[in-house]
Amino acid sequence: MAEVTMTVNGKSVTKSVKGNTLMTDFLREELRLTGTHVGCDTSQCGACVIHVNGQAVKSCTMFAAEADGAEVATIEGQANADGSLSVIQAAFQEHHGLQCGFCTPGMVMSAAALLKENPKPTEAEVRDYLEGNICRCTGYHNIVKAIMAASGQDVSSIAAE
Amino acid sequence: MSVAKPLPHDAARLHVTGSARYVDDIPTPAGCLHLAFGLAEIASGTIARIDLDQTRSAPGVVGVWCAKDLPTDCDCSPSAHDEPLLSDDSIHYLGQPVFLVAATSHLAARKAVALASITYEERKPILSIDEALEAGSHFEEGPRIWQKGDAEQAIQSAPHRLDGEIEIGGQEHFYLEGQAALAVPQEGGDMLVHSSTQHPTEIQHKVAHALDIPMHAVRVETRRMGGGFGGKESQGNALAIACAVVALQTGKPAKMRYDRDDDFMVTGKRHDFRIHYSAGFDAKGRLQGLAFTQYARCGWAQDLSLPVADRAMLHATNAYFVPNVRIESHRLKTNTQSATAFRGFGGPQGMLGMERVMDHVAHHLDLDPTAVRQANYFGSDQNAVPAAVQTTPYGQPVEEFALGEMTKALIESSDFKARQDAVRAWNETQPVLKKGLALTPVMFGISFTLTHLNQAGALVHVYQDGSIHLNHGGTEMGQGLFQKVAQVAASRFGVGLETIKITATDTAKVPNTSATAASSGSDLNGMAVLAACDTIRNRMADHLAQLWQVPSDKIAFGDTSVTDGNRTISFAEAAKLCYEGRISLSSTGFYRTPKLEWDRLRGQGRPFFYFAYGVSASEVVVDTLSGEYRILRADILHDCGASLNPALDIGQIEGGFVQGAGWLTTEELVWDDKGRLRTHAPSTYKIPACSDRPDVFNVALWDGANQEDTIYRSKAVGEPPFMHGISVLMALSDAVASCGRGYPDLNAPATPERVLAAVRRVQNEL
Ligand code: FES
Ligand code: FES
Repeated sequence: MAEVTMTVNGKSVTKSVKGNTLMTDFLREELRLTGTHVGCDTSQCGACVIHVNGQAVKSCTMFAAEADGAEVATIEGQANADGSLSVIQAAFQEHHGLQCGFCTPGMVMSAAALLKENPKPTEAEVRDYLEGNICRCTGYHNIVKAIMAASGQDVSSIAAE
Repeated sequence: MSVAKPLPHDAARLHVTGSARYVDDIPTPAGCLHLAFGLAEIASGTIARIDLDQTRSAPGVVGVWCAKDLPTDCDCSPSAHDEPLLSDDSIHYLGQPVFLVAATSHLAARKAVALASITYEERKPILSIDEALEAGSHFEEGPRIWQKGDAEQAIQSAPHRLDGEIEIGGQEHFYLEGQAALAVPQEGGDMLVHSSTQHPTEIQHKVAHALDIPMHAVRVETRRMGGGFGGKESQGNALAIACAVVALQTGKPAKMRYDRDDDFMVTGKRHDFRIHYSAGFDAKGRLQGLAFTQYARCGWAQDLSLPVADRAMLHATNAYFVPNVRIESHRLKTNTQSATAFRGFGGPQGMLGMERVMDHVAHHLDLDPTAVRQANYFGSDQNAVPAAVQTTPYGQPVEEFALGEMTKALIESSDFKARQDAVRAWNETQPVLKKGLALTPVMFGISFTLTHLNQAGALVHVYQDGSIHLNHGGTEMGQGLFQKVAQVAASRFGVGLETIKITATDTAKVPNTSATAASSGSDLNGMAVLAACDTIRNRMADHLAQLWQVPSDKIAFGDTSVTDGNRTISFAEAAKLCYEGRISLSSTGFYRTPKLEWDRLRGQGRPFFYFAYGVSASEVVVDTLSGEYRILRADILHDCGASLNPALDIGQIEGGFVQGAGWLTTEELVWDDKGRLRTHAPSTYKIPACSDRPDVFNVALWDGANQEDTIYRSKAVGEPPFMHGISVLMALSDAVASCGRGYPDLNAPATPERVLAAVRRVQNEL
């Protein structure tokens, strides 16, 4: 057991964890932040994406101890301070970028990381960036559309409606 | 009215903020145990020796169960009582649960499982269709055969004939949320089960049976699933039963979620098929006689294989009128995972067999495949038999056939003819990259083919403040059922959706429900909710009419208020008045689908209330040096009747198409010769990723109300769009055919390897 301290969604937390505690388990079980989902346990589906020091990271492939001293953001911290949805969250809702919703937290977190890096991505860049996020329900169309809309671009030409 | 509006998913806000709860997210009481199965390492044989001492003494382990430690056989089967929870020493597939571990954490349970030592006496497993045929290993007494007219004679006397065969692979559901269950023991031996299931009543039934208690002692609750696709119709039984047994015997809550690899190894998938066909046709490609032999690989247990194989037969001629047909279906028993329900339920395999015939016939006659398809459509005036008396091979008259017009509309809107010419011109000049374009129709029958399943119940309460509690037997797996049904309730009471509380599916609220399956969720539950709402609304109207001294039919509900034309009060005030007038504001609702009549043994009757239609056109480009390909464009026109929610319906169509295309292109399941599934993780099993979807993707709804009296004249949408993926395979076939003279003969999934092999074959044929 070792003590770790990190900032999660703006709040400082200190806990003692085992060396082999995965970041997903730390978030879900220790902090009860269950919006970070486990879809594959093996770093392939992207349902568990969080931000660590501003970088998108698959939390199922990281130990909690590795986040010691880090700035961590999860889906639970994405809404605005007044509780209203962030631009990306609102776009996913409005453009039907979800069905079962299991992939959604990871998608939103990946999208946030992308738009920080590249505020006006092309459709091809969005698709490319989302290679590590699997969605089994939507066929991706509305996810791409939501992200394009969140970046302030006109999505009326993205068909399928 | 909120019906027909493109409203977002009811839980969208919860999803985007990470606060939507799935089974694994439910806060558990202290002391919750975590379970894992130990799985068989051979596909067929018996257990010679089993040593679980190290497992028992592993850190965190609280208990270990083998079959003999269970209270009953804990059968998990939805049909034939042939699936004991744990192996009774005989092993039927590699991945079969042999023992069960309960520990203080998920990881501790999984680690303890790995310490078991089991030795087996192996038998040679029956894995393939050929091995099963040779061994005579099958379900039911023999092949099921349905016929109409004299297919053999018609084929013999037709001007043209051909024979062929297609192999069709299975498919892993890959619901993003793996199977999960949580059992919480209650007083007096009762059990509360949370399950990620499409069929809470089945979970209740199987848990009650396993614990040998009445169904009233088991309550099952399902708020949502992270995807189901048929994979949670029966495959959740094992986890729920295991949790309930452990919870009963330890007095502690018990939770189980399959790790993704275990989910692949343990649970059933789509049935793989081989379909052999003989067709007799005229010079225009019109079919005169057709014979299919379908071989379905069902795996080790019967599960839902009989109705799945039946549905493959029911869709064996898709949207075409064939005067003489014979369909023979073999349901083969193999030492593999027990194949199960998967979106389309056998329909896609049957339909693909027919589309393959169309493609082959057109190639044989050197005709345009789309023209051949149109010439064979039901109701086509080119047919010798008048449209009015055309029936399906099982004798159901086709009273409404939208595909003729829909096909013309899609040809127009997708600029199909011009693109066909462009593809031809491209292929003439390009030596390496070849394009293909194909159009395929979908005609999918709506209703459970087991007629008694076509029923549903609902429970609606109006509280004295005018807020409404809504419950029904359907489950939410992302398809938007809850939202659609809430839209129905809101429309009946004339209130906004914010007035309605959508609640988790709960066997204590609505009993004896059917699985949310067969695309029937909103058809059945929407009608049941409508009945419940109307009962309450009529009581309210009667009471207000009496108070106001007007006839009941003057009372109208709308705009969150109630009026008799002169007075207008809010819906909340109306609810309060009714409460004070001692009017019951709670009602159940019930619905059973009319007109159904079906004899599955003879293959005769009306199994379906109606048909849902759709047509799609896909364009692909193939690299003939590597076999790799891309989908360039897809256009879909789909019939949802008068859509309850166009945004949700379009979402189902987009998702269905991509999933269907995945089934026929990249999703390949590979078992080795020992029966071990080698593609058991997303690293080796490739479902479509974001970049795999078509560059141009146009989806439109066909404007038309259902002729049958369904909920607001809508049509079911869950499964039918899945089969639009067939146009991708046919487009690949078209591209490969341009490489030479031979017929591509593409099997599914058409992986790049298979496409490359087909290109070589076609090039070498003179
Ligand atoms: S659970 Fe982390 S990538 Fe799938
Ligand atoms: S919405 Fe279900 S996996 Fe993406």
